[in-house]
Formats: sequence, structure tokens, C-alpha cells
Amino acid sequence: MTLNELKIGQSAVIVAVGGEGTLRNRLIDMGLIPHTKLTLRKVAPMGDPIEILIRGYELTLRLEDAANITVEITEEAAPAARADAPAKKGAGKR
Amino acid sequence: MKFALTGNQNCGKTALFNTLTGMRCHVGNFPGVTVEQKVGEIRGKSGCSVVDLPGIYSLRPYTQEEIVTRDYILNEKPDGIINIVDATNIERNLYLTMQLLELDVPMVLALNMMDEVRAGGGTIDVEKMSRELGIPVVPISALKDEGVSELIDRAIEVAKRHILPVRADFCAADSPCHRCIHAVMHLVQDHAAEAGLPLRFCASKLIEGDSDIADRLGLDENERELIEHCLVQLEAESELDRNAALADMRYSFIESVVAASVVKCSESREHRHSVAIDKILTGKYTAIPVFLGIILLIFWLTFNVIGAGLQQLLELGIGRLTDIVDAALTNFGLNPVVHSLIIDGIFNGVGSVLSFLPIIVTLFFFLSILEDTGYMARVAFVMDKPLRRLGLSGRSFVPMLIGFGCSVPAVMAARTVSSDRDRKMTILLVPFMSCSAKIPIYAVFTAAFFPGHGALVMFALYITGILLAILSALFLKRTSFRGKPVPFVMELPNYRFPSPHSVALLLWEKARDFLERAFSVIFIATVVIWFLQSFDYRLNPVADSTESMLAAVGQAISILFKPLGFGDWRFSTALISGFIAKEQVVSTLAVLVGCDASLLYTALPALFSSTLAACSFLVFTLLYTPCVAAVAAIRREFGSRLATVGIVLTQCCVAWLVAFIVYTIGGLFV
Repeated sequence: MTLNELKIGQSAVIVAVGGEGTLRNRLIDMGLIPHTKLTLRKVAPMGDPIEILIRGYELTLRLEDAANITVEITEEAAPAARADAPAKKGAGKR
Repeated sequence: MKFALTGNQNCGKTALFNTLTGMRCHVGNFPGVTVEQKVGEIRGKSGCSVVDLPGIYSLRPYTQEEIVTRDYILNEKPDGIINIVDATNIERNLYLTMQLLELDVPMVLALNMMDEVRAGGGTIDVEKMSRELGIPVVPISALKDEGVSELIDRAIEVAKRHILPVRADFCAADSPCHRCIHAVMHLVQDHAAEAGLPLRFCASKLIEGDSDIADRLGLDENERELIEHCLVQLEAESELDRNAALADMRYSFIESVVAASVVKCSESREHRHSVAIDKILTGKYTAIPVFLGIILLIFWLTFNVIGAGLQQLLELGIGRLTDIVDAALTNFGLNPVVHSLIIDGIFNGVGSVLSFLPIIVTLFFFLSILEDTGYMARVAFVMDKPLRRLGLSGRSFVPMLIGFGCSVPAVMAARTVSSDRDRKMTILLVPFMSCSAKIPIYAVFTAAFFPGHGALVMFALYITGILLAILSALFLKRTSFRGKPVPFVMELPNYRFPSPHSVALLLWEKARDFLERAFSVIFIATVVIWFLQSFDYRLNPVADSTESMLAAVGQAISILFKPLGFGDWRFSTALISGFIAKEQVVSTLAVLVGCDASLLYTALPALFSSTLAACSFLVFTLLYTPCVAAVAAIRREFGSRLATVGIVLTQCCVAWLVAFIVYTIGGLFV
């Protein structure tokens, strides 16, 4: 699955960072590289962008950019957060 | 000795710079770009200067800030680098450090915010980290001025003895990355020596596909192919692409350094607090109401409490001074023309612009608090979605909003927008936000034509401005600003108390900036307007301003306004004087009509053929060129006279067109 499909409170590990050019390099520089753990913290009031916790700091990125990042869920959402929709697995694209 | 101060955004770099230099610094721009350059002498160390380089995350040549930083270090060759990192967020901060270490410049690492780390129960083994990184590491707190003098001593020591970083080789021995970097280094060794560029840095940048470095090295086709071959091998062996492989190597090394030397606190107190505050400030239902509340509070405080009080005080002061000088000049029996120049021209013109200083400084005070606390980043997070449609990012929201107060701080605040393209586009849209100086004009006209419907008319005007800003943004996005926006990948820093020192310094800088302009561009403009107002074209002083050159100019251009319904020369003349400051439109009109400004509303209906013509005039006033202070600010940010003139003319054309549409289409219904 991709980062934009994560639910609030879910943790995941990055499998691949797709996309190209400036955006991709910016993501890599900010520490989004394969095998890095992250947690989806928040979604902005209007539904986009999202806020993730990675390497101990909070980063915000847009859903369309998050769609380039393939992740694998490691930990389900904490009980407090909503976890209604079932998580689809393995549909990651490069 | 020259030092370069580098670091990520939000790591306390500005606070450290201020602590290092005190109040003495010179603010300018880096050559050719509108990136601010601050240079100051280190306190108590004569002959040691420090340059504050922009906050960046990497040395890739993508944003202006990144290019400026790397060009400065590569070309200006500072004697030392002071790299400041946020110790509470050490992994990502050290990523830039890894790249700086490759530059072969003496360097020290300043571990900022160590007080927060300790308060959270964490520790950092400074000795161990220093050994691992191969450079001196000094724990500091820039805000509390702890460890800064030791930092200065270490920086001077490494610079004086030219102690280079001990190691630049961070890849695990015999890893694919290691082999690739060394193969590339071997290939370009001679070129790098010839070009005077640090070898390891060149190799890294070539792996990242940096064509700027490839060109500087003067690589030929054959060599580029050989490098490409190494890269293909790297990708095959590491199962990552080149960029990810290199970043992976850097981050792996950082992780090992951090594992060996840092005992992380479970979660710093500041971070815990930030999460709690964000529950409200970026909460699903609370974010927007709270934001609107904060902005309204700022405007209320600025215009009704602090700014307005100060403004009245300043006006009073300027008035008194004018009276004193006036009386003194009369006693002295100065030539009446020179007397008029000083009193009617300079004192009156510059004074009316100067009286905006309190408003501008107060707005900036609140803006800098929003920025320094970290709230500005949250606003960008919350407001990004609607602005994206216009081709902008959430970062542009606050500057545009400030435009409703005053265009000058709004244009200046656009500096916080991180990409050059977004910054320029934001500045172009600011004048569409109806500034507060236009309110007196609206007030007189609503009193004259729409008594009792003031609020409705104002609302309609503001909405018209916003709609035109949206249309212009969509137009700009499809034409001159078609380029891809810089990606919106932004850190949300922990909330922190702003440093009073930094806020004070910023206010002083902005005030000085405005004053400098007040006494240059604005000064000249007021003298020109005075000259036109006081003489006829035979250069004889006129007793009645209706015979002046300004009136003649107004008469000449009044024909342009015929199609808009207000062809009377007095309106065109008033509009010209509005270029100095918008509220002058009302006072000039009162003078030309020959009545008191407070009674102007009774005289106005006779001058307009219809209410529709008055509407057309209001729309034109809403949209035409911003005042000279705002134009001067725009010119400074754009760094181009031609572009500024273009902006002013375009703004006038848009105003004319819209007023024309209002007048003609309205005419079909009335």
C-alpha cells in the first residue's frame, strides 16, 4: 500500500520511494528512505496534507506526493484512533 | 577571519547568529538573488565575521537557498563553518552535516537546544560524537547563551590552525556505495584539483546526478559514461537507486553515531507539549476557527489598540514638529517656495507615510511571533489545500491575509515563502487585498452614496478584490508562473517561546528598512508630487492648486477615466496623489472641491453623474496601483525596476478594465 492510504495512528515502514526529480530528492533528504519507520499523526482539517512522525520529528506532505511512497504496515492504529477501513496489503506500486 | 553559519531551518540558527553578533549586523542580499544575507562581527573578537547562510536541509542545487549556500562555501571559501544542529532532532539535522564534512573546510558542530535534551532526560556523549564525526562538537543553548563563547573559541581554533575534518569517508568498507564513491573519486581526481573543488564532495554530487558539478569539473563524454557505469553497478548491487543508496549510506552512518553517543529521552517535553497544543491548533474542527480568531485579534490589536495609539501619537509628534519648523521658518523669512517645499512637500508627504510606521512594526511584531513560535508552519499545513488550486502553497496564506492590514508588511512577510516562484506570485497578489488605508475613501463614498449600507459596500469591495486575486492567480499559474511549484514537504517544528532578542532585532531591521525607503524613494515621490502641485507649467508658484501642473496632468489623463464614468479632472488628480498614501485621495479631493474633508460626502453626489459612476470609482480605487511605500517594498523583493514598473502598470490596467466592466454592464441594468 502507499503512504496516502495509511490511517491515523498507524505505523509503517517505507518499502520504496517513487516519483522523480526535485520532489523525490526532497523526500529522501528529509529522511524518507527505505526501511525507515513512520507513523501517520494527523490529517489536515480539509483532508490534505498529512502529518507524519519520522526520525523523531513531524513532517507534512501532500496526499498526491505521499502516493509515491510504498509502505508496509507494522502496527495497527492505537485504539483511540479510528481504524474502520480494512488495510489492503501488497498493492504497492513503484 | 570569515565564518559561515549553516544549519537546517528551525534549528535556532538566527538565535545563534544574534547571540554571536549582538545587535551589529549588516543585512543585504546575496548577489543576484533575493535571499537575505546577514553579516556581522563576532562579539569581542575583532576581525572575525560570520555570515548567516539560509536554512537548508541539503546541498542539492534546487532551491535558491541551497544554491546560495553551496556557492558561498565553494567560491568564497570561508575560514571555517559553524554547523548548528537541533539536538532534539539530531538524525535529520546531521544529514546536512554529512554533506558539509565533504567540503574540506575547517568545521565545528554546535549542538543547539541541549537544555531541552537534558530536561527531557536525554544525554549526548559529546566526546564520542566528536570522535565519530571527526570535528569538534560543542553543546550550546543559543537562546540562553550557554556554551556560545566556547563555540567561538573552538571555531577560531580550527580556523586558525586550519584543522580539516578528520574523516569524510562514512560508508561501510567494501559496501557497494563505498566502491562506487571511490571509483568516481579516482576518475575525477585531476579535474577536481584543477577546478579547486573538494574531491569527495564532487564524487557525492556526481552520484546524485548534479549536472552543475559535472560542468564545473569539465568532464568529457567518456568520463561521464564511466561514471554512469559505476552508478549502474551501484544500483544493481545495493538494490536501491543512486539517490536512495547515497542517502541510505548517510543515514546509516548517522544512526550508528546516534546509537553510540546519544541517549534519547523517551519524548522531549517540548514535543509532548507541541502534540497537545496541536490537538487544538490543527484539530479537525478547531483549527480554522482558532486561526480566524488569532488573525482578528492581531488586526484588532494592531489597528484599534497598539498601532492606532502609536500612530496618533506619532501623527501628533509630526504635527507639532511641523508647526515648530513652520513657525521658525516664517520667523526666519525663508523664501516662500522653499518654505512650502519643506512644510507642504516633505513634512506633509513623508509625515503621512511615516505615520504608518507603527502599524507596520506592530503587524511585524505579531508576524514574527507567529513565525518564531512555529504557528506559521501550522497555518500553512491547515490552509494548503485551498491555495494549491491557485498554484500556491499554504505558506502564502498569512502574507496575503496581512495585505488586508497593510501591503508593505505583507510584501515583506512574503520572504517566509520558501520558493522563489511562490514568493513572487504571492507578492503580485497582495495588492488585491484591500488595505486599511483605503477604508477612509470607502467611508466617504458610502456616506455620500449608500448611507446606512456601509458594511455591505465594504464587503462587496473586499470580495471583489479577493475574486480578482483568485482570477489573477489562475491566470498567472497558466502563464508566466507555469513552472512546477517547489514540493510542499515541510517540517512542523515544536512550539517554542520566541526569543525577545530575536524579535526585537527583527523589528528594528524592518523598521530601519522602511525608514530607509521613507527617506529615499518615498521622499523623492513626495517632492515630485509637491512640485507638480505647487507650480504651473511656466514654473510660477500657484496660489490655487487648480492651476497647478498636477491639475494639468489630472486634466490630461482625466480623458482616460471618461469611459469609467468619472471624467472630472479632480478625481484623476486625487488618484495621482493617492500614490503617496491612499488616504490622501480623500484629503486632495477635499482641497480640490474646496470643502472640509469631513463635509466632503455632501459635495460628492454633485460631482458624479450617477451612483454607478461612484461604484466604478470605488472599484478603480480598490484595484489601482499600490502606494509608493508598497511599490518600494515590491521593487526590493523583485530586485528589478522594470518588473516593478510592469506590476504598477498592470495593476492600473486591471483596475481600469474592471471599473469599465462595472460601469458598462451596470449601465445596462440601471
